[in-house]
Amino acid sequence: MGARLELENVSHRYGGDAPALEDLSLAVEPGELVALLGPSGCGKTTALKIIAGLLRPSSGDVRVGGRSVVGTAPERREAAMVFQKPLLFPHMSVARNVGFGLRMRKAPRKESESKVHEALRRVRMEGFADRAPEELSGGQQQRVALARALVTDPRLLLLDEPFSALDASLREEMRGLVLRLQREGGHTTVFVTHDQEEAVVLADRIALVFDGRLQMYEEPEAFYDRPATREVARFFGATNFIEGRAGNGSVRTPLGNLRLASAAPPGDVTLTIRPEAVRLEAGENSFDALITSAAYLGTQVHYGLETSGKSLRVALPPHVRLAVGNEVTARLPAESLWALRA
Amino acid sequence: MDGAVGKGSRLPDAVLVVVAALVALPFVPLVLWAFAGEWRFPDLLPTAWSLRGMGYLFEPGGGVPGAAFNSLIIGVATAAASVAVGLPAGMAIGGYEWRFKGVVIFFILLPILVPPLASTMGVHVTFIRLGLADTLPGVFLVHLVPTVPYTALILAGVFAERTGELEEAARTLGASAWQAFLRVTLPGVLPGVAVAGLFAFLISWGQYVLTLLIGGGNVVTLPMLLFSAASGNDPVITSALALAFAVPAVLALVLALRVLKPGGRADLIGPGKV
Repeated sequence: MGARLELENVSHRYGGDAPALEDLSLAVEPGELVALLGPSGCGKTTALKIIAGLLRPSSGDVRVGGRSVVGTAPERREAAMVFQKPLLFPHMSVARNVGFGLRMRKAPRKESESKVHEALRRVRMEGFADRAPEELSGGQQQRVALARALVTDPRLLLLDEPFSALDASLREEMRGLVLRLQREGGHTTVFVTHDQEEAVVLADRIALVFDGRLQMYEEPEAFYDRPATREVARFFGATNFIEGRAGNGSVRTPLGNLRLASAAPPGDVTLTIRPEAVRLEAGENSFDALITSAAYLGTQVHYGLETSGKSLRVALPPHVRLAVGNEVTARLPAESLWALRA
Repeated sequence: MDGAVGKGSRLPDAVLVVVAALVALPFVPLVLWAFAGEWRFPDLLPTAWSLRGMGYLFEPGGGVPGAAFNSLIIGVATAAASVAVGLPAGMAIGGYEWRFKGVVIFFILLPILVPPLASTMGVHVTFIRLGLADTLPGVFLVHLVPTVPYTALILAGVFAERTGELEEAARTLGASAWQAFLRVTLPGVLPGVAVAGLFAFLISWGQYVLTLLIGGGNVVTLPMLLFSAASGNDPVITSALALAFAVPAVLALVLALRVLKPGGRADLIGPGKV
């Protein structure tokens, strides 16, 4: 069973540069899968290495199971890490690789053998025990790396973009595998990724990091429904922003008075709505607009709308075909509008 | 850069034959002379054969077996000690970034840059004081002067290709720093270590000047015998000694290449890696 992980005001800087990580605080519950999400270079791998003990934070505290581990060597943290590359030991067979952690713990031989066998079975690599790593494909190697990390039943499982080197279909399969193994084993898991789709599919909660700072730490839905800032909303694909002023239960905007289902902070606000939430119909919060562009994306059609000098983006099912230059009525459903502090 | 020489570009066979011939041809008269009984101008081949040269090499009371033994002991010890010193040095230079690294590399290279005669004079004076002059340990120590720069640089190249990620993975799986080094780093650099050791052995095996200066004629190695024979006028003895000198070195090289090449892993020791 996994342990509770807490980061408290963790900062890190390499040399004299700008901090790679600044004041990161977050708690991961036992058995929870948290995705550390952010663009490349945002400090998420630094955070993972600090948790693993491969880096010492410049300041702040890391606690596992309530106990500080800042001074603890990586091999004593029981925090197994899977990297972007499989990093199998090239001079050992697959079985020797998987058994590495057990040998380091001086586990009895018989017990180790059955554990290695079981771990290989769980990643569906049981027929490959005696192969050399170089004989395996990239996906197979990464499955072995996963087995190698899980065989010791670690208190923390740390995954650093483990599938980013694999092709799309394999990546999807591996996500399913990780999710299943993580649920079965109840490992407290931190998963670093720059792919928001991957984070949404896998994570119980997402910690979004920009420039070494935590932006938002919530369940995946919240990033779509209740983004904390404009940058967060934009990172999750919300492209529509409407400036306005809140008061009397509605927000005054260039598109008219818009009613929100959620409460808006008083004063100047920015409303945001996802392109797929905009409806082309009359009703509450509706207005007339001109279609200025159309882009067919296969599963969706994206239209650009323009009204009162504002442009909006709408995503519709692909069978809805409208011509550029047409006038339409668009509606922003109250339950899909979200107000950000301007 | 993997196998740019090893597997990427294959030389045409004809070129290989010419190169091989150029390397091998000078050895032909050597072999002929070593087994010649009588060979006068203008005969193309010896007119009589004899085992006099071989007899000299293996003569029970003669100096050759002892000299070969000295060469072997000093060579093996030099190789082992050079690797022992070169491994941490190479790891520090190739694996890590630190201040004044350039200066340290310069100092490591100095023995190659400075003429060995110049530095060995100073070493000689010190060794006399320490009682190491004219002794086998003294010769072994002075052989380290030209070998350590090579082993350190070869191993620095090996470590420069390592990212340290394998070791990090090992650490998170429960290996201490020392275990990670023993179980992961060392097996990974072993081919490079073997190449460096072989280099050191061959440099020591061929060493004449340093052996003469520090050994003072008391420590007799194969090159010492070879040089004195070469300045005499018995080509049979000289050729036999030259063979005794060259063959073990070639054998060591061939053996090392074999051992290091289990099933197509020759790229591990290609010049690209070193």
